[in-house]
Amino acid sequence: MHKLLIIAEHDGEKLNASISRCVTAARQISDVHVTVAVLAADPSAVAAQAAALTGVDAVITVAAAANAHAVAAIWAPQVVALVRGGYSHVWGPSTSFGKDLMPRVAALLDVNQISDLMAVDSAHTFKRPIYAGNAIITVQVAAGSVVVATVRTASFEAAPAGGNAAISAVSVDASLPTHTRFVSIAQAKSDRPDLQTAPKVVSGGRALGSAENFKIIFSLAEKMGAAVGASRAAVDAGYAPNELQVGQTGKIIAPQLYMAVGISGAIQHLTGIKDAKTIVAINKDAEAPIFEVADIGLVADLFDVVPQIEKALAG
Amino acid sequence: MRKILVGIKRVVDYNVRIRVKPDNSGVVLDGVKMSVNPFDEIALEEALRIRERGEAEEIVAVSIGPDDAQQQLRTALAMGADRAILVKHDGMLEPLTVAKTLMAIVSREQPELVILGKQAIDDDNSQATQMLSALWDRPQVTCASKVEIKGNTLSVVREVDAGLETLEVDLPAVISADLRLNEPRYVKLPDIMKAKKKPLDVVEFASLNVATPGQLTATHYEPPKARAKGVMVKDVAELISALKNKGLV
Repeated sequence: MHKLLIIAEHDGEKLNASISRCVTAARQISDVHVTVAVLAADPSAVAAQAAALTGVDAVITVAAAANAHAVAAIWAPQVVALVRGGYSHVWGPSTSFGKDLMPRVAALLDVNQISDLMAVDSAHTFKRPIYAGNAIITVQVAAGSVVVATVRTASFEAAPAGGNAAISAVSVDASLPTHTRFVSIAQAKSDRPDLQTAPKVVSGGRALGSAENFKIIFSLAEKMGAAVGASRAAVDAGYAPNELQVGQTGKIIAPQLYMAVGISGAIQHLTGIKDAKTIVAINKDAEAPIFEVADIGLVADLFDVVPQIEKALAG
Repeated sequence: MRKILVGIKRVVDYNVRIRVKPDNSGVVLDGVKMSVNPFDEIALEEALRIRERGEAEEIVAVSIGPDDAQQQLRTALAMGADRAILVKHDGMLEPLTVAKTLMAIVSREQPELVILGKQAIDDDNSQATQMLSALWDRPQVTCASKVEIKGNTLSVVREVDAGLETLEVDLPAVISADLRLNEPRYVKLPDIMKAKKKPLDVVEFASLNVATPGQLTATHYEPPKARAKGVMVKDVAELISALKNKGLV
C-alpha cells in the first residue's frame, strides 16, 4: 500500500481547482491511499471541499494562526513532520504555490523532487517535460525514497465530486521560523474566469503592439466568457500583466478552447497550451509556427478580424 | 551588505530547438549554442543594481558545470560581477546535489544574499532556490519582481498565480528572479576585455564532498506527441461556423 499525501492549495475559503487534478494523478498509482492535508488558520471549509472529492480517502487538518498564508518556510517543516508520520509520497500542484513549497519540503526530507509530473507509469516511475516540453523524460525514483512531486495539472482531469472522506484534526511537532513574514497580497481583481481553470482562453501576443491595443483581447474574452492569456513577448513588452503569461515560464493550461491572437507560437509558448483541446490561431504571418499546432487557423490582420468576431458573436 | 552570491548556469540557448536522440538516450547537444540561463542574467542584473545603489560591496558569480562554463562566468564578469567561482563537474546533477553544492560555496563565502534564476530553461526543475534556503535554514523568496533592502531585512514582491505577494524576510536570504524584476544590461566590448583580468577560481566538484545519491534516473527520452493537422479557414464567418460545429461558441 502506497500512502500519498497531497498538500492542499487554498485561499482560506476555497480549495484550489488544481487539487482535484492532483487527486486524479495520485489515483493512477495502483494500491494507493490518498490523504489531503489542509494547513490553514481555520481549515474547516476547505477540508470539507477536499473530503467531497472522489478518490480522496482521508483529510487531515493542521489549524494554526501561522498557517493563514502559504509561506513555504513556515509550511515546509510542518509538511515534513506529517510525511515522517508514514507517507511514501507527498505531492502538490505545479502552481506558484506548489513550486514554492514542495522543493523546500524535498530538501528537508533529503530527497529530490519530480517537477511537473505529467504521467504516472508506476508508483516510482513518472514522466515529466524538459526543455520547454521539447523532450519528455521518464524518471525512475530509487526505492525507499519519499516521492516528492509537483503535478502538472493540465495533464490530468479534475476528480469529480461525490467523495465522503473522514476529516481529522492533527497536531504537528515542528519549530516554525520567524525569519519570513507575510505582508500582503495584491490580487488582480476581476470578474473574468481564472486563467488556469477556464474552459475558454483568449490570448494576445506581441502583434497587439501596445497595452492600449491589448484591450481588444479583454473585450473579445468578455464576449466569449473566456479568461485572458498573453505570450511572454506581450508580457515582456508590458502589454499584459505577468500573471496572464502562458508558457514555459508562465502558466501551463489545458482549456477546451484556446484562441491565440497575434501570437507567433514560440516553442516556449506552445508548451503551455499543448494540452488544449482546440487551438485557434489568428495571425497575419502564414508561416508563424502557431499554425503548426492550431486546429483552426486564420491568416488575417487581427485588428480587422477581432472586431468582426465580436460582432458575429453578438449577432 | 558585504556580499551577494549569484548563480550562473550554462544552458542551451533559448532559441535552439532541442531534439531527442533517435535511440531515446538523451537530447542532441553536440554543437548547439550555449548561453547564460536568461533568468540568471536577471538575477545578476539585480545584484549589480543593488551594488550600484551602494547597498552591496561585492558580487560573486558561481557556476556548476563543465570547464566550458567559464565562458558564461566571463559573461557574468563582463556584466559586472567582481569575481567568479566554477565548481567543475561534467554531466547531469540532481537538483538536491546542485543545492548542496551551492550550500558548500555559501558556507565558504558567507554572503548575506543569494540570487538565483527562478528556473533553468534546460531541465525546468525550478528547485535550487527553495532547496538551498531549506538547507541553509534561511528565508526563500521565489519569483521576485521587486526587491527593496531595509537594513537587515528585505521587502520582496513575488509573482504568484493570484497576483502579487509581498514578503518581508530577514537576511541572509535566498531569492529567485522572475521575468519582470529588471531588464539585464548589454555587455560592452571594453567590459569583455576587463572581465578577462577578473579572478575566476576553479574548484573541483569532488573536493566539496557533496553526496550524489542518484535518487532520480532518467531512463528514457522521447519527443512530445505531435498534434493532429488542423484546418485553415478563409474568413471570420468560416471560423465562427467551425467553432459552432465544435460547440465552442
